[in-house]
Amino acid sequence: MIGKAPEGFAGWPPPALDPAGPFAGPINTLSWVLFAVGIVVFAAVLAALGVALLGPRRWRSRLGGPRLVWLGGLAFPVVVLSALLVYGLGLTSRLTDDPRPGETRVRVVGEMWWWRVAYLDSQGREVLQDANEIHIPAGRPVVFELEAADVIHAFWIPRLGGKEDMIPGRRNILRLQADAPGVYGGQCAEYCGGPHALMGLVVVAHPPAEFDAWMRRRLKPAPAAAEASRGAEVFADSGCGACHTVRGTAANGLAGPDLSHVGARRTIGGGILPNNQGTIAGWIADSQAIKPGNRMPAYPVLSGADLRAVSAYLASLQ
Amino acid sequence: MISETGFDPALYDRFPTRGARPRGELETLAAVWCGPRSFWQWITAINNNFVGVYYVGAAMLFFVLAGVLALLMRTQLAIPLNGLLPQETYNQLFTVHGTMMMFLFAVPAVEALGVLLLPQMLGARDLPFPRLSAYAFWAYLIGGLAFFSSIFFGLAPNGGWFMYPPLTSSTWSPGINADFWLLGIGFIEISAIAGAIEIIVGILRTRAPGMTLDKLPVFAWAMLIFAGMIIIAFPSVILATTLMELERALDWPFFDPARGGDPLLWQHLFWFFGHPEVYIIFLPAAGAMSTIVPAVARTPLVGHRLVVLAMLATGFISFGVWAHHMFTTGMPRISTGFFSAASAAVSIPAGVQVFSWIATIAAGRMRFSTPGLFALGSVIIFTMGGLTGVMVAMVPFDWQAHDTYFIVAHLHYVLIGGMVFPLFAAIYYWTPMVSRRALSERLGRWVFWLMFAGMHLAFLPMHLSGLMGMPRRVYTYLPGRDLELPNLVSSVGAFVFAAGVLVWVIDMARSFRPFGDRTAGNVHDGAGLEWLPAGLYSVRSIPVVTSLYPLWDQKELARDVEAGRYFLPRSATGERETIVTSTLNAEPQYLQILPRPSGWPIWGALFTAGFFLLLTVQAYWPSAVSGVLAIYCIMSWCWTLDRRPACGTADIGAGIEVPTYASGPTSHGWWAMVITLVVGGMVLAMSAFSYVFLWSRNPGVWLPPPPVTSLVTLLVLDAAAAGLAWAACRLQRRPGSHPATAATLMLVLAAASLAAAWALDLGAWRAAGPHPTVHAQGAMVHAFMAWQGLFVAVTVLMAVFAILRRIAGRLRPDLPTTADLIALFVVYTAGQGAFSGLLLRLFPGG
Repeated sequence: MIGKAPEGFAGWPPPALDPAGPFAGPINTLSWVLFAVGIVVFAAVLAALGVALLGPRRWRSRLGGPRLVWLGGLAFPVVVLSALLVYGLGLTSRLTDDPRPGETRVRVVGEMWWWRVAYLDSQGREVLQDANEIHIPAGRPVVFELEAADVIHAFWIPRLGGKEDMIPGRRNILRLQADAPGVYGGQCAEYCGGPHALMGLVVVAHPPAEFDAWMRRRLKPAPAAAEASRGAEVFADSGCGACHTVRGTAANGLAGPDLSHVGARRTIGGGILPNNQGTIAGWIADSQAIKPGNRMPAYPVLSGADLRAVSAYLASLQ
Repeated sequence: MISETGFDPALYDRFPTRGARPRGELETLAAVWCGPRSFWQWITAINNNFVGVYYVGAAMLFFVLAGVLALLMRTQLAIPLNGLLPQETYNQLFTVHGTMMMFLFAVPAVEALGVLLLPQMLGARDLPFPRLSAYAFWAYLIGGLAFFSSIFFGLAPNGGWFMYPPLTSSTWSPGINADFWLLGIGFIEISAIAGAIEIIVGILRTRAPGMTLDKLPVFAWAMLIFAGMIIIAFPSVILATTLMELERALDWPFFDPARGGDPLLWQHLFWFFGHPEVYIIFLPAAGAMSTIVPAVARTPLVGHRLVVLAMLATGFISFGVWAHHMFTTGMPRISTGFFSAASAAVSIPAGVQVFSWIATIAAGRMRFSTPGLFALGSVIIFTMGGLTGVMVAMVPFDWQAHDTYFIVAHLHYVLIGGMVFPLFAAIYYWTPMVSRRALSERLGRWVFWLMFAGMHLAFLPMHLSGLMGMPRRVYTYLPGRDLELPNLVSSVGAFVFAAGVLVWVIDMARSFRPFGDRTAGNVHDGAGLEWLPAGLYSVRSIPVVTSLYPLWDQKELARDVEAGRYFLPRSATGERETIVTSTLNAEPQYLQILPRPSGWPIWGALFTAGFFLLLTVQAYWPSAVSGVLAIYCIMSWCWTLDRRPACGTADIGAGIEVPTYASGPTSHGWWAMVITLVVGGMVLAMSAFSYVFLWSRNPGVWLPPPPVTSLVTLLVLDAAAAGLAWAACRLQRRPGSHPATAATLMLVLAAASLAAAWALDLGAWRAAGPHPTVHAQGAMVHAFMAWQGLFVAVTVLMAVFAILRRIAGRLRPDLPTTADLIALFVVYTAGQGAFSGLLLRLFPGG
């Protein structure tokens, strides 16, 4: 049922080494420094081992004393590790600077096994609710306020920076920035039971001006035309509104993802399926086959026509 | 040399003695130490020659079983969206794989190696508490098998080996799966602690005369530090599992943020154990490496003292690195800095050891025997794991690598390079000592190359798949992320590795076959006492050790030992016995009478396991019955302790007479009790940490403590108990039966005083208000009360035991040890009660 992975999360080049912003870039540099140091040290150890095993007697007798232990085991690592520590801790401190006023704030709440997203104003009030897809302005730092609704999750967009845990009872702050507009894949990194493997998300970076336009578009309620459709009726009659919200309608459930603009998302199912009417219909008919253990029951009772209608309705919620 | 105990070192010059030994002496010795002859005797055997082999065997069995689970997982991950294993099954498999490899394989395997090798290495006839070894082994085997079987019923835990709440809370894991982990593993930890106590006392007190600490074999140093670290680290996980079980069973909210708990408390407690755990596993393996490398290179270890210091440093630093598992939890910068520095620093002592091995190889001439190959493989693999370890010690890099397959690769490089390969080197090196038949060099080469190649095939690509965005603990992955190739290679590698293990199993079966001749001898030309000719009684006579490499430097040693020309060439009292020596200089102090085989420890282990397992499946009444039977068995076992042979002193060779009984700080029992109390103290310390940690989260809402009068009562009663216990110790040594009776009564009074203090304190707190299910404060207070209640209950049992022994005439002036140990326990319990009382009143604001 699941086809290719959605865009934004290609495996090559490795996303953790393919930085797209100022929070991922320095980590990438650090990574390559660490790889280089590691390879040099490993080669030196192998060379010493090779000489110790097979080298000429004179070389071996030079290695075969406590001097090697003092130099190789003590002096050398102390110098190298101290240098690396200064580098690493300096970087840690720079990457965890406090947020500044005026930066875009997004609250992301990890839930089993999807992401509840809320855009906040400068006072921390919710402006807009959404799910599983985060839109940000490119070229500016964005402050993510990370929380968890049930168990511990971890929020990780490898091309934008490191990961941060979402812990019940706490709020963690993570700043990320995408330099260029584009789509960046993400993934839950902390084991959260059941289908943890299939808990992805997508970050879409817009040019700053377009971001504001996007926000205005999203703040509108669902289009009236869609609400008059047969699909909207099936949606209401099947009780979907008990768990899902479609703003401007009677559907105001909070247990599941907000569907007000679900048709405009790039993915469904928690970042694992490309979004189109077909995948929406498949998800509704048997989400348990696609993502076993997720909280949405399968709806095999819907007739083919109803399924087509309701999926067309949802796809039209742009 | 200054004498430590008043023993004149000049007496060592009497050895080796001259002249033939009396006839029949050796036969008597062999008869006293005779091996099992019936099936039941095989079960009740307590000699380390048997228990050690069982123990290693069981650990390797769990290694193979957990490895099979890994193969299943690798098969599932060979292709994306594979339907082989259902999600739930996979989640159980990786939980059980990690748990078994850490708790049922790695720690027990190295502990087993200690039980098997240490007495021989130290020149002792057996470990000082053979029945405790047997108890620890059987508890571990029964508990481990039951834990593993849970997977066949779909009841295995599925929350990961680290069991993070709230995922493992009763809300999100309502089944009994998590309880299998908590009770099964918690109880196996108790067995690990029992083994550690045994090993510490064994190493510090039963060394061959003359084996001063600077002549202590490096493996024994490693085991000593290992055991010390278990004593410090394991109480933390025992506390953590207890708290979580209390939360699950009784709804006491230690980890529930809605009621004043904190999920991070679990992470601190778990990793305070969990990271030292890695070094707990690594150190004995490194000690084995430092023994095997000199043997195969035929030269002493370069920088022996530096290596010992490095191991001690590892032990210390390892307690300052736990939070590097928590760099992504949003810790303050200052703490990440500290833990990052400590995590980098801990690689220095590891580097010292690696370079010492390389220098030793350079100084000698390496033989490429199978142990040598495994040692070389270990150096290479472990170095790679250590280098990725330095990488993840750098906080920003860890933010990317954390919880991805990069970490899976790192930890397998460290553990396979740092523990599994040394263990296989050790098995190939020491098997000839145990089975008296060497393993096959030809098969050994196959085992090594298959495991070495399989290891890299399986784990090298995981570094990449991690950086490519593959998180850990995923039952599947999506196609189209280029993860297909690295995962397929990893899966192939896992099977290559498994093929190596399979060849090894065949080789082991060949070596331990019950027919054919067994005359391997010292095939690797090792330098340690374990290569002396030996029987079930260990060595014929216990040598005077004058060198770190006795078999290399003391040329006539094997012949003289075999001819009975050293200490204790016979059974001096007609019982099993070993020489207890002083801690620093190993001067003979007294002759310890060792027990004969007995069924009590085995029954005790069975019922202890029964208690915990029945509790897990919520069969409360059978569980209670099993618990009472376990206590009965253990008390019956204790009943035969504290004996005194008819002869007050015995000739242990060359006319040197030592006592056959000791009490107070000289006695081995006193040491074991003190170490046990350190375990209790560590649980208390970690509880205090937990309490302050939770309090500091939101001090404002904590309720005020009960009135100060209750504290005064508590302190007075606890002080009275300690005073009575101390006085009982003094009084019981006076001759005559009245002082002994009075001392017994004072112990009973002390226990009563402790019980009263506990009950009054509990009452005061219950009146003061914090209810255990309402808020974490109440839960914490009741947890302290439960812990103290457990100690009070044990004290009461001890008082009953003292009365029974007094009635039976076994508590008398010349047998003071029983009352001494009870008094020690009472004094500790009183101190613990007072400490808890003060702590709980100090912090609730109010």
